[in-house]
Amino acid sequence: MSSDDSFLNIEQVTKRFGAVVAVDRVNIAIRTGEFFSLLGPSGCGKTTLLRMLAGFETPDEGEVYIDGVPMSGVSPHVRPTNMVFQSYAIFPHLNVERNVAYGLRKEKLSKQEEAKRVDEALEMVKLGGYGKRKSNELSGGQRQRIALARALIRRPKVLLLDEPLGALDKKLRTDMQIELRQLQQSLGITFVFVTHDQEEAMTLSDRIAVMAQGKALQVASPKDIYNRPTSMTVADFIGQMNFIEASVGQVADGVAALEAKGLGRMKAHINGTAVTTGAHMIAALRPEKLSLTDSEPNGGGNVVKGRIEAAAYLGDRSHFHVRVDGLDQPLAVAAPDLPFVGDGAKQEGRPVWLTWADDSVILLDKDTR
Amino acid sequence: MVDATSLSEPELTESRPRGGRLATLFRRSESLRGYALLSPTLAVMALAMCAPTAMMVALSFWVQSGFDITMTFTLDNYAKVFTNPIFEALFLRTLMISGTCALATVLISYPMAYYVAFHVHRRKLAWVIMMTLPFWTSYLLRVFSWKVVLGYNGAINSGLMSLGLISEPLEFLLYSPEAVIITLAHAWAAFAILPIYVSLEKIDRSLLEAAADLGDGAVARFLRITLPLSMPGVIAALLLIFIPTFGDFVTPALVGGPDGMMLANIVQKMFGKLNDWPLGSALAISMMIIVSIMCGGLIWVTRQIKERAI
Repeated sequence: MSSDDSFLNIEQVTKRFGAVVAVDRVNIAIRTGEFFSLLGPSGCGKTTLLRMLAGFETPDEGEVYIDGVPMSGVSPHVRPTNMVFQSYAIFPHLNVERNVAYGLRKEKLSKQEEAKRVDEALEMVKLGGYGKRKSNELSGGQRQRIALARALIRRPKVLLLDEPLGALDKKLRTDMQIELRQLQQSLGITFVFVTHDQEEAMTLSDRIAVMAQGKALQVASPKDIYNRPTSMTVADFIGQMNFIEASVGQVADGVAALEAKGLGRMKAHINGTAVTTGAHMIAALRPEKLSLTDSEPNGGGNVVKGRIEAAAYLGDRSHFHVRVDGLDQPLAVAAPDLPFVGDGAKQEGRPVWLTWADDSVILLDKDTR
Repeated sequence: MVDATSLSEPELTESRPRGGRLATLFRRSESLRGYALLSPTLAVMALAMCAPTAMMVALSFWVQSGFDITMTFTLDNYAKVFTNPIFEALFLRTLMISGTCALATVLISYPMAYYVAFHVHRRKLAWVIMMTLPFWTSYLLRVFSWKVVLGYNGAINSGLMSLGLISEPLEFLLYSPEAVIITLAHAWAAFAILPIYVSLEKIDRSLLEAAADLGDGAVARFLRITLPLSMPGVIAALLLIFIPTFGDFVTPALVGGPDGMMLANIVQKMFGKLNDWPLGSALAISMMIIVSIMCGGLIWVTRQIKERAI
């Protein structure tokens, strides 16, 4: 299961709390120096999984390997991991300096050496000169940086981050995302980052594991998660998606002919999905893959006529809900700036045509949701 | 009864204040309203505490002559208090007994409070109530029951003898400073458990996880996180036990014997059989001042340690 360059292996890990299965047979192989995100809604088991990596929870089944060493029975205080807590867990009775130096005790450094390491760590999180501050004199963003410096000063092999940016305001969060990514790149340490914010996960990560109900549904790069989701849950959780029921016709040369509800005949690239003729599947289309025109397009290709039900002008682009006969839900469409939108003219009821390319259709199995 | 028209015009009644200047002042000043609310308590305090204390202070500068008290100012009483070796010996013994008692109670109570705060997850309140159960019975009853336990033919002695561990009853158990310490420690345990429990319960559990994550084992975690963060509770417990036990006279009178006698017993005798109220007052006032200084010192020292740690 583990590839050669994988460094942190989660194998068949299961954790139950009473009757609730918090983490359900999860297999993930994280590579050295990778920025890896566990993404999912609250209660999906991502934090429990992270806590099992740190050693605060013990898996009921399965094993976590770090650098080839099985971690069961290894206490948190001897694991080669360090954690940035969601609440930051800054020690209230110690000042910034002593908070950051907390984990150096076992290294038995001289005073000068310790001070040097602390200064370096504080510089790294851009808080040089804050050493003497008391813990109650810090803002949320500063606390977050202190927590980061305190974890990184121990030079861990893996840094675990439990929604560290969740409590920050939007502007600060965006800045910290960039800094965090730069820090990870320059240090080359493996980061495992827990978040429920898909945008954050997309921005930061090399790879993402999308989790739901204790299961890791898909482990892939942000691009593949977005463009090649393997299930309706993943497709729905990341960005917006139109789901159209379709039955599969002939399959040839990696292209399936579909008979889609409301949209009629169309073709879709199967991209390795197991597709059999006659199967009932879901054709998924991203809103921005649909092009919208107010006159009937020439030529062939995939085209369907509809009526605008709602329109929102956002400046650089516009969002539409387009009602198509035969579909229960209106289609979501994201289009670039169009000449007829945004000048105050009424859009509702306007007849429009939607077109899309064959390879923008994603074929998915129906989720048992 | 409230009439309907005044209710319908609230802004009118507000812009037209009734009553004189005093009423306006009362409405405006929050502190004045606060004091008004406190006034019954303040009255009781003034009558039942400040007045007697002031009387004691005055009394301590006067002289007892026979059955009368001469109201001439003198420092003789204080001179006696601070020069008489008997008082010095009694003071040291009282300090030893109540200091040991406070320390012992905190040492015994800490693990109990710790256990409930960290290892009991259900019905914590029931546990806390159970631990403070001795506090529910009368003080005197508790002292007498310790007499039964520690006595010459008491539970401990007869138990040890029937086990054959001792051939004669241990005599030091009752009527000794140790007996006073044991009895007081048990009587005041609730005052140690509660503040320590509260301060332990308040500690954010993620701080302990963070300490573990940063390389600390259980012992280091306790010494570096739990203990310093529970210090306010420990200090509160020490003071809550030290102050009242320093002035206790019931327990030493009942289980202390001649060697377990404390300063407050002398004060009591001064106001009773020995009939020297001014000297008794001077003793009581001195005790009050010394205890205040020592408590102030304890608080100052802990604050210094805390500052230095930061």
